[in-house]
Amino acid sequence: MTAKELKDKSIELRRKTLEIIYNAKAGHTGGSLSIMDILNVLYNRIMNVSPENFNDANRDRYIQSKGHSVEALYTVLADRGFFPEEDLMTLCQYQSPYIGHPTKGVNGMEQNTGGLGHGLPICCGNALAAKKDNSGVKVYTVLGDGEMAEGSNWEAMMFAAHYKLDNLCAILDYNKLQITGSNAEVMGLEPVAKKLEAFGWAVKEVDGHDYDALIETFESLPFEEGKPSFVIAHTVKGKGVSFMENNIKWHHGVPSAEQMEMAREELLIKEEV
Amino acid sequence: MKKYTYTEKQDTRSGFGDGMTELGRTNPKVVTLCADLVGSLKTATFIKENPERFFQTGIAEANMMGIAAGLTIGGYIPYPTTFANFGSGRVYDQIRQSIAYSNKNVKIAVSHAGLTLGEDGATHQILEDIAMMRSMPNMTVINPCDYNQTKAATIALADHVGPAYLRFGRPKVPIFTDPNQKFEIGKAWTVNEGKDVSIFATGHLVWEAIQAGEILAEKGIDAEIINIHTIKPLDTAAILKSVRKTKCVVTCEEHQANGGLGDAVAQTLAQNFLAPQEYVAVNDSFGESGTPEQLMAKYGLSAEAIVEKTLKVIARKS
Ligand SMILES: Cc1ncc(C[n+]2csc(CCOP(=O)(O)OP(=O)(O)O)c2C)c(N)n1
Ligand SMILES: [Mg+2]
Repeated sequence: MTAKELKDKSIELRRKTLEIIYNAKAGHTGGSLSIMDILNVLYNRIMNVSPENFNDANRDRYIQSKGHSVEALYTVLADRGFFPEEDLMTLCQYQSPYIGHPTKGVNGMEQNTGGLGHGLPICCGNALAAKKDNSGVKVYTVLGDGEMAEGSNWEAMMFAAHYKLDNLCAILDYNKLQITGSNAEVMGLEPVAKKLEAFGWAVKEVDGHDYDALIETFESLPFEEGKPSFVIAHTVKGKGVSFMENNIKWHHGVPSAEQMEMAREELLIKEEV
Repeated sequence: MKKYTYTEKQDTRSGFGDGMTELGRTNPKVVTLCADLVGSLKTATFIKENPERFFQTGIAEANMMGIAAGLTIGGYIPYPTTFANFGSGRVYDQIRQSIAYSNKNVKIAVSHAGLTLGEDGATHQILEDIAMMRSMPNMTVINPCDYNQTKAATIALADHVGPAYLRFGRPKVPIFTDPNQKFEIGKAWTVNEGKDVSIFATGHLVWEAIQAGEILAEKGIDAEIINIHTIKPLDTAAILKSVRKTKCVVTCEEHQANGGLGDAVAQTLAQNFLAPQEYVAVNDSFGESGTPEQLMAKYGLSAEAIVEKTLKVIARKS
């Protein structure tokens, strides 16, 4: 898909994510909206993975380390045809396979996640196996900026550089907020680009909502031969709905009927522009 | 059956938060840490009143446990806080080596234990933490049953010397224990005296056991209900005294059957006084999304399940 087509699609994806959260009365709203454009580009442009090849050992792998933003991933997987969209109306409900964090009971899901700091080590293992087999498999993960405080990420970063895993791409959803406050208030992360470079990764910074830039960035992987790639995606938590943007209240805020209507209208206006 | 009623429901984690508020005002050595879950742990008032006695660690639980161990050197009494999953399994070796083995005066205080956290599903629903913690030398393990008891336990722990694991939950549940109780670590509380069966319950299951006791009374069964809030050290004297009288046991916990309260009781019975026992516990399974009520019913942690197991165990008495 072209950048323009993806951008158009993103409006519908955002609306659907909000609808399922609204319906479930649960979900991680802000972080789902901040990674939507990244997932849209990965699944609809970059990665070699589809419902048709999901059992092919040589498919590309996506593991969502910030598992709480599962609603965005469910929405993109449904849109991609991994399961019917109506299924998502059971999100978080009793006996639904669409649990509040990624679970392999759902078609298209590679890995159970939810506790933070687990995705990158698994991706290192995936990337290592793919290298050994020369299979050409590429491995992707999205991490939260608050999540970066987990030591396991830094252990995995040392490993990935040591083993020259240039088939591995980690993406930082750099929305600058976590649950209790901003990264700066809770646990400072800057200067993050320098830290990642010092850990032996090739790093690029990008506007995580700019489709041309995201495509160009992902199409230039690996950024450097023999090094794992880190994309620092500058994002906005709650992106797309003005009253949710940059507000920690929306980390797991659920819209009221009135707010849902406002959000629908805002997204509709964006579609017309 | 002794009558228990309630006028208000409150989450046990608020009992923890309010216990901390009181400790903040009375014990200058108490400090607390949190890994980006302050809102969930209900420590906002403590933090507001004692900003210099709160340390935000970011989402780095392993680091938090080490820091808590280190903070003890000035006589500080650190309460590191997070969700039960991230304050036990995720950081087991930090707790084992730096806190338990080194015998540090750290009070690990964790919320959202068990199935009742609801929507978040299995990754967050730890059902193995009692087993992990009670197998650790030096560790005291407490799982209070309501707001008042959690508050009292939080306060009592500050006067106790040594590592402890205090486990509580997310949902609002009936408040039925004495608001002025003095919490005695390691001393079981007899909720109801009876002669036909010993029902030992901990945490959210105590209220269910009381409901079960009423149903059983209607069936002519006189249940002894004992609240084992401290799983370690276990009040073996109270357990044996009760079972010698009733000759059969039902244990109730929001935890795996493997390694929890039930196994602690079974171990005591096997060594001292054999009696048939039934478990009201999760049967070797992970959880899922759902409301607390739906999940407790599905995984057999309800008053109805306690009644059923009681009838079964009474039938097994020889
Ligand atoms: C190990 C672990 N600790 C705590 C949590 C609870 N938790 C869920 S999301 C979150 C904040 C995440 O912040 P960030 O990584 O910045 O994600 P985003 O802003 O994209 O939502 C926390 C603390 C968790 N899921 N796992
Ligand atoms: Mg963030």
